[in-house]
Amino acid sequence: MSGGHSEYVPSSGMGKWLDSRLPLPRMVYDSFIAYPVPRNLNGWYTFGAILMVMLIVMILTGVTLAMNYAASTQLAFDSVEHIERNVNYGWLIRSVHSNGASMFFIAVYIHMFRGMYYGSYKEPREVLWILGVLIFLLMMATAFMGYVLPWGQMSFWGATVITGFFSAIPLVGPGIQEWLLGGFAVDNATLNRFFSLHYLLPFMILGVVILHVWALHVTGQTNPTGVEVKNMKKETVPFTPFATIKDALAIVIFMIVFAWFIFYLPDFLGHPDNYIKADALKTPAHIVPEWYFLPFYAILRAVTFNIGIPFTDIVLIDSKLGGVIAMFGSIAILFVLPWLDTSKVRSGNYRPMFKFFFWVFAVVCVILGWLGSRPAEGSGFSGMLLEGDFSHNYVAFSQIFTAYYFAHFIVILPFLGWYEKPSKVPPSIADAVLDDNAKPGRASSAQPAE
Amino acid sequence: MKNMISKIAAVGIALGIGFGASAVAFASEYPVNKPREVDWSFSGPFGKWDLGQLQRGYKVYAEVCASCHSIELLSFRNLEEIGFSEDEVKAIAAEFEVTDGPDADGEMFERTAKPSDRIPGPYENNEAAASANNGAAPPDFSLLAKARAPERGFPTFIFDMFTLYAENGSDYIYSLLTGYKDAPEGVEVAEGTYYNPYYIGGKALAMAPPLDEGSVDFDDGTESTLDQQSKDVTAFMTWAAEPYLIERKQLGFKVIIFLLILTVLLYLSKKQVFATLKKK
Amino acid sequence: MAAKKKPGTPEPTRRDFLYIATGAMGAVGAGAVVWPLVNQMSPDASTLALASIEVDVSSIEPGQAITVKWRGKPVFIRNRTDKEIEEAKAVALVDLKDPVARNDNAGAEEATDINRSAGEGKENWIVMIGSCTHLGCIPVGLAGDFGGWFCPCHGSHYDTAGRIRKGPAPENLAIPPFQFVSDSTIKIG
Repeated sequence: MSGGHSEYVPSSGMGKWLDSRLPLPRMVYDSFIAYPVPRNLNGWYTFGAILMVMLIVMILTGVTLAMNYAASTQLAFDSVEHIERNVNYGWLIRSVHSNGASMFFIAVYIHMFRGMYYGSYKEPREVLWILGVLIFLLMMATAFMGYVLPWGQMSFWGATVITGFFSAIPLVGPGIQEWLLGGFAVDNATLNRFFSLHYLLPFMILGVVILHVWALHVTGQTNPTGVEVKNMKKETVPFTPFATIKDALAIVIFMIVFAWFIFYLPDFLGHPDNYIKADALKTPAHIVPEWYFLPFYAILRAVTFNIGIPFTDIVLIDSKLGGVIAMFGSIAILFVLPWLDTSKVRSGNYRPMFKFFFWVFAVVCVILGWLGSRPAEGSGFSGMLLEGDFSHNYVAFSQIFTAYYFAHFIVILPFLGWYEKPSKVPPSIADAVLDDNAKPGRASSAQPAE
Repeated sequence: MKNMISKIAAVGIALGIGFGASAVAFASEYPVNKPREVDWSFSGPFGKWDLGQLQRGYKVYAEVCASCHSIELLSFRNLEEIGFSEDEVKAIAAEFEVTDGPDADGEMFERTAKPSDRIPGPYENNEAAASANNGAAPPDFSLLAKARAPERGFPTFIFDMFTLYAENGSDYIYSLLTGYKDAPEGVEVAEGTYYNPYYIGGKALAMAPPLDEGSVDFDDGTESTLDQQSKDVTAFMTWAAEPYLIERKQLGFKVIIFLLILTVLLYLSKKQVFATLKKK
Repeated sequence: MAAKKKPGTPEPTRRDFLYIATGAMGAVGAGAVVWPLVNQMSPDASTLALASIEVDVSSIEPGQAITVKWRGKPVFIRNRTDKEIEEAKAVALVDLKDPVARNDNAGAEEATDINRSAGEGKENWIVMIGSCTHLGCIPVGLAGDFGGWFCPCHGSHYDTAGRIRKGPAPENLAIPPFQFVSDSTIKIG
């Protein structure tokens, strides 16, 4: 859609000189000023810009926190409290950074679900989507390692549990875990390398974000109709001022929610146990990851059974490895989503059955998150079936919803592509916008949904 | 759109029924009683410290709690923030000895504490604290008000987001201090532990009821009831856990007002920008 | 919404005003965000709490000196002997390389011995930042050609009042703000 040709005309002699040597202003002009965006984008499309701002916020606050933090098991906990109590505005910067992680994930989840609903991963945007999933993975790694740095009880035990995943790998697992930890348990070496990587990964995220935006600018944005732009003049508007002003508005509204947490509920999303210094000899009653990992944590714990050859004692995958495979699989499956959804229609707006299953899937993810916060109690699905064990059988519910999570991708999406009869797709964006405006009361749907 | 929402609702209800049974009783076993909510001076977006209360709270801490509990993240100089004068802080510090050194001969030596020193705890280290207390070290007070918070549960925690309830830890400490009573009929309590239905870690805890009617004489004439002492020391601990709490809330108010104004301006600008589009 | 855009020509001034107001507000916000990030690098509360120290000097006999750490630098506190004071007093001002007292407590006075010392009645005390005014090395006490201090890095000689007499250093050793809060206690800073 950017079409290869550029309309940038340097206005000054200096500009011309630079343009023929390093056309940076031309790139900025083409990407953020003249870049054509579909005129019918709604508010859900502003989360890309919000995420960009959040990444910058996290890097800026992170770099300043690192100026005052000490990555040593002896000092880490106290240095965080030193930041909170003594450093000028330290409490503010730390609150922005720790709550920023949560806000970052809220935004990324909305961004992903928006992509799923409007079929943004479909041809020709598969690479764009895959790069996005990669960013998500890097974000998870960064967030996990960042959570270890304050060296509270949850930091320590979270790190112990998560690095324990790797010990599930047959044969080499325990060796890999020791290599990751730099010892036999989470200790000073672990903390130091996590700090180093936590500082490095955001810049790798930034790199992939540049690729992500590049890929976006090659294919152009999708839009709520899912129909590609046919008439540039009628159906697109230049990025500046239209998208910039809309994104700016969305960013500021997002900032209000962000500020609400920073200033009034700074510990709401955290766990109280992380205000207790790490103690290698005392495990907290419930180890719970941060909320944004909870659905995956529930999937991890859903596999309580060994997978073997039926009617023999041969175990192919024990429950520990099974859980780890399920958890990583739940993310890995997103990489192949473009090929699992076989429907020719892009936008969920014109897919009545998909729409229904999309929302079921969203609710299932929330429920999995809730289950992840519960203790791993219960006799599991078999107990529910055989003994009618319903109350507090969190494991059973985790198993059911984990199964549904995977079924959504492996069974429902391919099946819908074949079975579903889509409603009438408008021939072009222009038609859709006119159509929308014609209907009373729906005129606003072409506007951002603030 | 309407159709969509009704479908989501249907899904939600269907799943909700399946969950109903477990969702109601999902709170963990302890504490037996939820903390009693106190109307703190520092709660809410416009909360303020009650300096008199914090000073009384320090007195309760210094005269009762400090014999077992440290408060290692506080320095004497921090006490100026709760209204003690520079000289008063110096006098408080002068009552303590701290280890300094090594001197020119390589020896550690004891000296009188200065306002810039951390407040020394009752024990040399955690191990000494544990061994003096039957193996359970009394927790440090510096962050306790943030480190103890019973789960609020669904849907309360959602309402908390809007009512800005964030005094869970303070309410917990207050409730625990005032909540000791005889174990009810049929409840066995291990020897050396004391029944308390507000305790987060079980039905009874190793700490004997620490406060009593009149265990501290308040200088400002406030009546020294158990309830008053508990409230005051809890407020002091809340301050100790987050001395910048009021500053945080005050700045937050300004920031949010600023953002609201900016939102209105941006909204109007956006409308104006898009108005030019409609005309074409 | 409809009412606003109906009149054929929008008022350009009002429209521009809105954009300018929005932009200005945004700029103010950005500036406010930058401040905490910059200010966090200034000395923090725990550092500032050590910005002034009190030193007990009751045990320093004439002819003895101690070095204390103040704001991360050594401070020499010396109880001078009468002989040392006499020597310093005997020096004519014209012989000094730096005729300014360099005393935070005395202002831009002449570098007489009394102006370098702790003052009337306390002439025996001299309190100086032990950082050579050349390149910041720490001078050695009771050394050099003038019996005061000698900086081994580049050979600067200071006399018994800490005044530069010979070598590359440009100024007399600096005297920090200090006062006797009691007969035996000096408060520096």
